[in-house]
Amino acid sequence: MIKIIMGNLIVSLSPHAHGTESVEKNMFGVVIALLPAVLISLFYFGLGSAVVLLSSVAACMFLEWAISKYILKRRPTLSDGSAIVTGLLLGMNLPSNLPVWIILIGALMAIGVGKMSFGGLGNNPFNPALVGRCILLVSFPAQMTSWPVAGQMSSYLDAETGATPLSVMKAAIKTGNSDLLTTLPDTFHMLLGNNPLGGAGTIGEVCAIALLLGFIYLLWKKVITWHIPVTIITTVFVFSGLLHLASPVYANPFVVILSGGIMLGAIFMATDYVTSPMTHKGQIIYGIAIGFLTIVIRNWGSYPEGMSFAILIMNAFTPLINLYTKPKRFGEKLNR
Amino acid sequence: MKLFTFRIGGVHPQEHKLTADIPTKEAALPKAAVFPLGQHIGAPARPVVKRGDKVKVGTLIAEANGFVSAPIYSSVSGTVAKIDTSIDATGYRQPVIIINVEGDEWEEGIDRSSELENMEAHPELTAEEIIERIKIAGITGMGGASFPTFIKLCPPPTAKAECIIVNAVECEPYITADYRLMMEHAAEILVGLKLLMKAAKVEKGYIGIEENKPKAIELLTELTVEDSQITIVPLAMKYPQGGEKQLVDAVIGRQVPAPPAIPVNVGAIVQNVGTVFAVYQAVMKHKPLFERYTTVTGEHIKQPGNFLVRMGTPFKDLIAACGGLPDGDNKVLAGGPMMGKSVISLEVPVTKGTNSITVLTDADAHRKPIEPCIRCGKCVEVCPMGLEPYLLATLSAFKHYERLEQEDVVSCISCGSCQFTCPSHRPILDNILQGKGVVMSRIKARNQK
Repeated sequence: MIKIIMGNLIVSLSPHAHGTESVEKNMFGVVIALLPAVLISLFYFGLGSAVVLLSSVAACMFLEWAISKYILKRRPTLSDGSAIVTGLLLGMNLPSNLPVWIILIGALMAIGVGKMSFGGLGNNPFNPALVGRCILLVSFPAQMTSWPVAGQMSSYLDAETGATPLSVMKAAIKTGNSDLLTTLPDTFHMLLGNNPLGGAGTIGEVCAIALLLGFIYLLWKKVITWHIPVTIITTVFVFSGLLHLASPVYANPFVVILSGGIMLGAIFMATDYVTSPMTHKGQIIYGIAIGFLTIVIRNWGSYPEGMSFAILIMNAFTPLINLYTKPKRFGEKLNR
Repeated sequence: MKLFTFRIGGVHPQEHKLTADIPTKEAALPKAAVFPLGQHIGAPARPVVKRGDKVKVGTLIAEANGFVSAPIYSSVSGTVAKIDTSIDATGYRQPVIIINVEGDEWEEGIDRSSELENMEAHPELTAEEIIERIKIAGITGMGGASFPTFIKLCPPPTAKAECIIVNAVECEPYITADYRLMMEHAAEILVGLKLLMKAAKVEKGYIGIEENKPKAIELLTELTVEDSQITIVPLAMKYPQGGEKQLVDAVIGRQVPAPPAIPVNVGAIVQNVGTVFAVYQAVMKHKPLFERYTTVTGEHIKQPGNFLVRMGTPFKDLIAACGGLPDGDNKVLAGGPMMGKSVISLEVPVTKGTNSITVLTDADAHRKPIEPCIRCGKCVEVCPMGLEPYLLATLSAFKHYERLEQEDVVSCISCGSCQFTCPSHRPILDNILQGKGVVMSRIKARNQK
């Protein structure tokens, strides 16, 4: 608490009241919103999911504490919950058979390079979890793109792997053979994450329903607003829908929005406070650009998934977007 | 019931209206009354009494000094003890007149009866006469800002008034003085509104009341059922609805452009409900402004209440009448917790703008520790003026005053919604006000060239 006392009275400037908002409320709100997806991932990937998520969260928390204490030499701020969120989101973005030593490198990149090197919470230009994930993706492409088949509860490094819907989509575009798309699961199964292909994706992206539950919770608790997630998903849907109408080698838009990291990215990664625009107008521009870039990278880039790269690219544009999107000032519109 | 409200931003503080159902009591006379000469916006008043002079209740003790200024009347009878300096609610020392209280003798011209005077009985009251009486009575805005009332009734030639809007919103937590006034003097307030409408030569009057005061809405609606000129407007609860510009937007759906524009530029003259009552008393009862309704409140105050207070009464007298300061750390506010000023001494007197003495204790008295800005944008979302508080605060802190001016810092109404909502408890408004002060003086210097 901050005390300024004159005589026997406390003094300060107004306002003297504060609402219920706090950093902790928002950070732990995100953690609670992620719980359904975490539970589902334990159901699908068992031991592997538990090992990856726990080691990622533990590593991120330890690094945050150690770097603030021994390198930045200031009070560690573990209690604000931001390291837990980064650790959880990094874990959700990894395959469930990733060795612990790679996860540790990922956590070091996320917290050390992505966050603390810029000065810690609030100062990082890029989403720390995505910095960690993308560095791993380009450094360890083999390990980062082998996806265990769901349902192997007790296996970790030894899990059998399979293809993801995204790699099937990419193959269909490359070969021009739209018949490949018939092997994709239907929309209903994509929602549940019950994937008959066997392969799934990263820990956090398998079940769209669980992520949408988290989205509803975040909206209800007013942690985030609808602007970023809805514009991203709508843009992806419209753009991929147009492509689907133009040529059958492009997948059905319902399957596209439910596959890969679209939901996880739109709801939990792109909405990161620190790295997204401040005004609703800016958030809509940011969301549209992320949706567009994601489809471009997915369909015509060399990686099967584009969500992480699209968000990082738009993170770089956030200061510019903030500069040019001003809220409507009072008095600009005159009459009811 | 259709509820209106303003269209940009806003927050919902806890209400804490502890004293809403407590009838108003007359506060005891102080031993000595203290009258700061600068208790209104504009030039401080000039004393017309000297040490040793005898005064009565309602005697002029300081006259208006210039156009934007207001006279001050004694609220007590007794002897002028000295003309000195003393600390006021802002924390600054300023000239004051101190009067030792002896008895309670009133000036003869003041009509102390409670009989209601109607407009119909006084056809002699012209617009000019009403404005003159308001000016002579020293009436200033009683919602807190204390701007001389007669000036608002004489709009610049470029603007035309179309309506009077009575501010009965009382959106600040804790305060119930305006509410009690409405419940106890509704008929007088309606006559006061008629007087203001006549003075401003307008045909339409609105009274904006938030929905948390259903009894006041009901009472005033009943009294105005057959009056086509006055409309009671129920408003959805949202802070800062009592801000002049927000209220105009809520009631007639027009937004006042950026400063220097004022509400009358869109046709509205806004007056606080306490001011309207004072206008009634000044015009109909020949009673200058020397007493007012004030709430004394706080979660830890033993007997909070509403008081009819003679101005010049020190805070300590009123707090003592309510059971004294609670144990622990206390912050005493002149006003409510959103925009009130925390006083540095309990010797500070009640003035024309003191609508409440609010005591915050222990955890409520302290600010929470500051954490880094997480750029959540919640301050932008709640700003009722459509500004970007996080940006203004940063530009102020780094002294980028030119950019600060481009970002419309002068539009800030200091409502504190940004700081109220900030998850990191950052001193956003502290920083903005510092920068705004510099920008305002730069603009002034530029205009003088």
